[in-house]
Amino acid sequence: MVEFPPLGPVMPEILMTGFALLILVLDLVIKRKETLAFLSVAAAAVVMYAVLGTSGVTFSGMFAADGYSMFFKLIFLLSLILSILISVKYIAIERVNYGEYYSLMLFSTLGMMIMASAGDLIVLYLGIELMALSTYVLAGFIRHAVKSNEAAVKYFLLGAFASALLLYGISLLYGLTGTTDIKGVAAYISDNGLAGNPALMLSVILFVVAFGFKIAAAPFHMWAPDVYEGAPTSITAFMSVGPKAAGFAAMGRVFLIAFASLQVQWAAILIPLAIVTMAVGNIIAISQTNIKRMLAYSSIAHAGYALMGVIAGTPEGLAGMMSYLLIYAFMNIGAFAIIIMLRSEGFSGENISDYEGLSKKHPVSAALMLIFMFSLTGIPPTAGFIGKFYVFMAAVNAGYTWLVVVAVIFSAISAFFYMRIVMYMYMKEPRREVELTTSPALGLALAISALGVLVIGVFPGRLLDLARIAITLGWGL
Amino acid sequence: MLPELFFYYNATVITVLSALVVTRSNPVHSIMLMLVMFFHIAALYLFLNAEFLAAIQIIVYAGAILVLFLFVVLLLNLKKELVTQIFIVRWPLGLVAMAGLLVLMFAGIKSFTLGPTGDFTIEKIAGETHTAAIGTVLFTEYIVPFEVASLVLLIAIIGAIVLAKKQIKT
Repeated sequence: MVEFPPLGPVMPEILMTGFALLILVLDLVIKRKETLAFLSVAAAAVVMYAVLGTSGVTFSGMFAADGYSMFFKLIFLLSLILSILISVKYIAIERVNYGEYYSLMLFSTLGMMIMASAGDLIVLYLGIELMALSTYVLAGFIRHAVKSNEAAVKYFLLGAFASALLLYGISLLYGLTGTTDIKGVAAYISDNGLAGNPALMLSVILFVVAFGFKIAAAPFHMWAPDVYEGAPTSITAFMSVGPKAAGFAAMGRVFLIAFASLQVQWAAILIPLAIVTMAVGNIIAISQTNIKRMLAYSSIAHAGYALMGVIAGTPEGLAGMMSYLLIYAFMNIGAFAIIIMLRSEGFSGENISDYEGLSKKHPVSAALMLIFMFSLTGIPPTAGFIGKFYVFMAAVNAGYTWLVVVAVIFSAISAFFYMRIVMYMYMKEPRREVELTTSPALGLALAISALGVLVIGVFPGRLLDLARIAITLGWGL
Repeated sequence: MLPELFFYYNATVITVLSALVVTRSNPVHSIMLMLVMFFHIAALYLFLNAEFLAAIQIIVYAGAILVLFLFVVLLLNLKKELVTQIFIVRWPLGLVAMAGLLVLMFAGIKSFTLGPTGDFTIEKIAGETHTAAIGTVLFTEYIVPFEVASLVLLIAIIGAIVLAKKQIKT
């Protein structure tokens, strides 16, 4: 008789599954979908509470609830709550006010949580599939809009290719080391001096490509602008933060544990990738006229900055990457919340020119957008500056000063397109009347994001301490 | 000699058939070719002493899923696939990238060394039968992936219903 492993460490995931299923069923009896949104936020809050009190490894190392995964789960749940809050009114305007929407968001977050905790490559892969499959459906949720359908199909096809490449990488690794356990792989590689093996390098390359797709790093970013533009805006906000952070979580674990002895080799692949990502994201963003597309390229560029934390390959770099992703959740969802406010019946509000003269009629919204744009550029005293500062510091300390110089140049270029929005809002005359769609939930999301950006910007010490503690707590498990 | 011959026969046929499946313009032909391909994959499973997987491959894939595919194609009454302009303008670039990847893969695979093999030798599987072995492993050691996979399937069902069944309100 086999003894059943303890379920304590997987409790948050079990709770999340239960809640997601419950909301799916409640959808049948609850006619007011706002109630479902409220229940989903409550569920996310309960799971967040459960995450904070959970630690340990179970299922013979397949699932690890360590400090590292805990920090990432907080990012996922935070982005889930903020995305649900900005969705409530928006999906009613888009006429897709269905309960499955919230259930799928919970399932997608569950997939991310499994990815962050995976101690085994099979669990990692299934977590990715669970997250991605839910997100494909959500991207195509506005069924009557051709662009939304296009987004879903493109995302699905490229995601499937990425999954195939990842599986090929995993199978090679399994053949070489005889195990799919992330720690077991690391041990076998270092014990048997496999580090220089070209077949192992091939596996590393396939992992880089697959994760590159997930985090939208150039040259694997092609899907991002079309998908981000076509998907419902609330889902764009959700998937530009959650799945990206989950991709980084998985990347950090695989590269820094399983491929720890190949750090020189994978850093050599990731450095050009990060530079190209920052270049493509920041330069192409300049020529965009649709704000969702612009933020898609901006999101590509931010993946490049966060990659530098992985490249540094030190606990400090990982802590920088983790706090960067948390800050990015606040500022990016905040910016998308403003975009959603501009969407009203018969008006998309997605053109950058729609922001002309916004400060005249709606000074508060314009001021909030100003804060988020400053933060995305990385101007103090906003959180965006702090995030970049820590990642860049970690890269300098790891000896990549020249890479930091390149990154700083690109982030100076990024000021051009972020500040253009600010300029449009404050220095131009309104060309047309723009009515804002507001709701209490949206207001709450904006308040949380703005507070997050400003508080972390002014008192940054706590956040980095938290990330560092998370790393030291968790890395050994 | 014979095992190698059997493997290379199956590998070649599977590769050629897969290429044919995606290039035929008549969807019914594609499905029929896929059926033949599934039988060859089942043969490979048998070759690996995995008779349970071979049976499942025939029953589930060839028996159930392909019939479903055929249903869809016949219901849609697709005689020919839609012909449109090629919309990927930079296909030579893709070809170069693909050739590069292929070269990279051959270069990498050449130095492949087999890692340690697990507990399940042919004799052990023959002793406790493949079905029992796979069941025991699936429900003990791999219970987490098994449960997550069930959620993935659930999402596929929800997704299909959401995307196909919901009435469009305009």
